[in-house]
Amino acid sequence: MTQPAPAAEAATRKSTPADGGSPWRTAVARADVRTLSLLGVLAALIVIGGITQPDSFLDSDNVQLILTQASVIGVVTVGMTFVIISGGIDLSVGAIVALASVWATTVATQEYGFAGILFTAVIVGMGCGLVNGLLIAYGAIVPFIATLAMLAAGRGLALQITDGKTQMVTVDGVLKLGERDSYILGIPPLVLVFAAVTVAGWLILNRTTFGRRSVAVGGNAEAARLAGIDVRRQRLYLYLLSGLCCGIAAFLLIILSGSGQNTNGNLYELDAIAAVIIGGTLLSGGRGTITGSVLGVLIFTTIQNIFALNNLETATQQIAKGAIIVAAVLVQRRSATTT
Amino acid sequence: MPSHTSRRGLLFGAAALSTGALITGCTSNESKDDDSDDKSQQVADDKPGKKVTIGFAGPQADHGWLNAINDNAKKRAEKYSDVTLEATEGSNDTAAQIGQVETLINKKVDVLVVLPADGKALTQVGLKAMKAGIPVVNLDRVFASPQAYRCWIGGDNYGMGLSAGHYIGEKLKDKKNARVVELAGLDNLELTKQRSKGFDDALKNYPNIKKVARQAADFTVESGQSKMSQLLQAQKNFDALWNHDDDQGVGALRAIKQAGRDDFLMVGGAGALSAMQAIEADNSVLKATVLYPPTMAASAIDLARALGQGKGINGMAEFEIPSFVTCYSAVVDKENVGQYMSTGFK
Repeated sequence: MTQPAPAAEAATRKSTPADGGSPWRTAVARADVRTLSLLGVLAALIVIGGITQPDSFLDSDNVQLILTQASVIGVVTVGMTFVIISGGIDLSVGAIVALASVWATTVATQEYGFAGILFTAVIVGMGCGLVNGLLIAYGAIVPFIATLAMLAAGRGLALQITDGKTQMVTVDGVLKLGERDSYILGIPPLVLVFAAVTVAGWLILNRTTFGRRSVAVGGNAEAARLAGIDVRRQRLYLYLLSGLCCGIAAFLLIILSGSGQNTNGNLYELDAIAAVIIGGTLLSGGRGTITGSVLGVLIFTTIQNIFALNNLETATQQIAKGAIIVAAVLVQRRSATTT
Repeated sequence: MPSHTSRRGLLFGAAALSTGALITGCTSNESKDDDSDDKSQQVADDKPGKKVTIGFAGPQADHGWLNAINDNAKKRAEKYSDVTLEATEGSNDTAAQIGQVETLINKKVDVLVVLPADGKALTQVGLKAMKAGIPVVNLDRVFASPQAYRCWIGGDNYGMGLSAGHYIGEKLKDKKNARVVELAGLDNLELTKQRSKGFDDALKNYPNIKKVARQAADFTVESGQSKMSQLLQAQKNFDALWNHDDDQGVGALRAIKQAGRDDFLMVGGAGALSAMQAIEADNSVLKATVLYPPTMAASAIDLARALGQGKGINGMAEFEIPSFVTCYSAVVDKENVGQYMSTGFK
């Protein structure tokens, strides 16, 4: 407690192996190489898509489609990035999306129109995040177990609310947002929300105390505590943030699918974690970028798009997806260590 | 099929629409129904008879169709004053369901109706029930051994594909170089392969039609929307779409609307209420759906009751109920949707 807090935080954030030269520069260069290698993977995919399906892959409809499909999981991934940077994990994101989407599409909610649906989705998402955060930060339950419990309970509750039925959305304003008339300068509103969440996430991580504290907690929780950071409160906020992202994602999914179903958000936890890891964030915490995670999501979505355009079978798709995950991580690690 | 339903010899009276259609469908080649009146055998009818307790172990209702299965079974049992239904909490967990069936055996129910989460895994407990003298009606997902059930009743996945293929084939038979697209269900399931096989086999009868693309979704609205929007992007023009499941069809229809496409006809699968309403309204590309009737659960209760009372089936020469009943996958379109609307599930 004798140390001034900001200095300690900065030290934790910039701690890189002292291999001569300026550690700060090395860190910057390394981050750039990571991002560049991800951009390289994405560019390679775009070339593959362009060669195999020149007519359909590169037209603007398809670009809109890829970005729209990346939006829902993308927003979840931004929240997940914060959680993983802080050394945690959130296995409940898919279940929270499901619960928020079915609660927000219940008949009672729809009587309050657009605002009612949006408000419910966000509140339910944050409520689940709050429970996760309290269990982890103050209940001292490890994140893996606490969020696994939320996964089970959230899915169960979503099933109970819907009784297995698909809840159709009848509010015109919500449905319209998913259709072509509401594109702004050719950009679907969902993509704009995704972009806004990404920018906000980047700013929070890189330009605020909250961001620095998140990294510090993930790098070394004990050091962070000694530096005067309220580690428990920070963890609570992080799961709350992840829950908020899930709530927003649920609302986007409602717009996209025009309905709420208890099966919504199926396996989002795995997709989001995979995108975060591919994006270069350490699973053990302490280092990571929003840009990387978002590129990870775009890579996944582009792969799926290319698969579908080329009419690949499900089995082939799954094998290829696995191979590409490994390849992306290998390429990235190689390029990161050779600098 | 509708033309058969007016025949006399409906299974348990006029209310048994689907069952009647099913049984008469099976027997339409041997209809000498006049001599059934003086048969000495006892046939099941609506009149209260011997009290029967039926144990029902159904699926966890996490999907529209499965939910409809539980509903159909319960509603049917309520119709009979002589039937008591002991229904367990639906489960898709094999171990839990085995426990539930064992509880029902211990309660000494007269007949069991089981829709197993996994047919193979529930075989042993089916055998156990049969050995304990409790006849089992195996619903839809079939046990590995015929010794584990007295009667099987279920749907026809291959037939679903066949019906869909023939319906689309007839609609497009005059069109040169017609192109067809398939949005399949969960590829991990054997039933999905069967549906696709039936569809492909039916299309072989129409050499002018080519299937140009097939993608599998996950039976969910979200996957239906996602896969369909990609299919629409990949195939700029085609004439017909067969979608295996009406739940994922909600998402598929949404994707079609978002893409602003209406240049093809769509055939759904399973028979959801929303699909039937859309077919009746005739304001979208969805023109028909192929049934995988959840009313089979009601028929299973009918069969279980007949078993418990030791009766046969009206309209059939057999003294006993059949050991194997496969439901017909009828096509519901604008012409006959009114008849089937009541079977649509939410």
